[in-house]
Amino acid sequence: MNLSAEDFQAIALTLQLASVTTVLLLLLATPVAWWLAHTHSAWRAPVASLVALPLVLPPTVLGFYLLVALGPNGPIGQFTQWAGWGTLAFSFWGLVLGSVVYSLPFAVQPLVNAFEAMGPRPMEVAATLRASKWDAFFTVAVPLAKPGFVMAAMLSFAHTVGEFGVVLMIGGNIPDKTRVVSTQIYGHVEAMEYSQAHGLAGVMLVFSFVVLLGLSWFNRRPHRHATRHPKASA
Amino acid sequence: MKFRLMLAFASTLFCVAAQAGEVTVAVAANFTAPMQKIAKAFEQDTGHKAQLAFGATGKFYAQIKNAAPFAVLLAADDETPVRLEKEGFAVAGTRFTYATGRLALWSKQPHLVDEKAEVLRSHSFEKLGIHKIAMADPKLAPYGAAAMEVIHKMGVQTHVIPKLVQGESIGQTYQFVSTENAQLGFVALSQISVDGRITQGSAWVVPQSMHTPLKQDAVLLNAGKDNAAAHALLKYLKGDTAKAIITRYGYAL
Repeated sequence: MNLSAEDFQAIALTLQLASVTTVLLLLLATPVAWWLAHTHSAWRAPVASLVALPLVLPPTVLGFYLLVALGPNGPIGQFTQWAGWGTLAFSFWGLVLGSVVYSLPFAVQPLVNAFEAMGPRPMEVAATLRASKWDAFFTVAVPLAKPGFVMAAMLSFAHTVGEFGVVLMIGGNIPDKTRVVSTQIYGHVEAMEYSQAHGLAGVMLVFSFVVLLGLSWFNRRPHRHATRHPKASA
Repeated sequence: MKFRLMLAFASTLFCVAAQAGEVTVAVAANFTAPMQKIAKAFEQDTGHKAQLAFGATGKFYAQIKNAAPFAVLLAADDETPVRLEKEGFAVAGTRFTYATGRLALWSKQPHLVDEKAEVLRSHSFEKLGIHKIAMADPKLAPYGAAAMEVIHKMGVQTHVIPKLVQGESIGQTYQFVSTENAQLGFVALSQISVDGRITQGSAWVVPQSMHTPLKQDAVLLNAGKDNAAAHALLKYLKGDTAKAIITRYGYAL
């Protein structure tokens, strides 16, 4: 395999992007999933649909709306300029923002499933033992929902690594800043540099296979429920 | 059922009477708007119908090599038709330049781009509020390669290149500038002008002498060899009606 220095840059950047995105997603998706799993509010269906939107929207549409929103006249752009960060398009944090939106359903759905599978009993028991809500959440709910967290993290990470349309739209293809593996492969293929494309695509293929293999191995272990794929239930 | 049969019969008759055919055309995305107008005029004037598919030339190349049913290719460059001809997928001797693209340096802001592109020579982009300059990927798009030539010819590469962001196509490059995520960018003149006038912002129309001509060539593909409508379309593209439409959309001939 003949990977160039630029290919390695793209791999490093992709891993960095996927790691940051996964951490942020777990922090963001946990309260959202907890609320979705427990609420009887009329807002449940609209919020659940909103969270699932990235599953059905073409990434180019998502990317285009993000480009408009991040621009100096868009709502996000106006906020980031006001905060003194400038505009986020063509920057690493712009990609992080895009990836969080893009991978959101892949983090939320396994957590919702895990929290729902847990049922209300453990939390009720904890409450009768006079555990505070936070205490019960961290000592009872989180350990019980661990498979859901693992699943959410793996899916978010893998899905962000494989992301293409959104990073293409808001990335600007800057080496070492916004050029990730998928856009690098796309460039190789479009430029008909098929042998270079093969090398990088091979890495991607092996990675994806290993992740999916890991997930199915993880799923098959006994007593590991609440780990359905989001697409199956969204 | 009877009615349907009669309808089918009548429509066959009508087709024979008008000797109307159909031609499926692969059209470079940047030529979408003028080609829609041309196809309409073509149908009115000849009775033939042109089915248009729009997309990236590189993708069409791969599809044509894998037996896509296109009869004519209107490419975004002059290399792809040559290559198809050499590889035996196009009919030799049918190639010609149907339009020549024009490059423009464009900003959404009025007065930012002057007529001599002094803005590119500026050594204080930040003071002018210019954080990013967009162009198409020179590796993937002829407009990007031309823009790079212009940057080098002007000798401004040292301070322009660090500001560059690249779209994968000229269409995406246009989006970068029109959403003002990039304050300045090299786009196709056809994207920003109507009847020779810049529709918004400010622009410098790059003199054609500053880069390799952006020739867009048409070619008859093997699938269209015996298709009368395909031959008619290629002829029509060289005619006055088509030429008038093409220049109106900011292309040179």
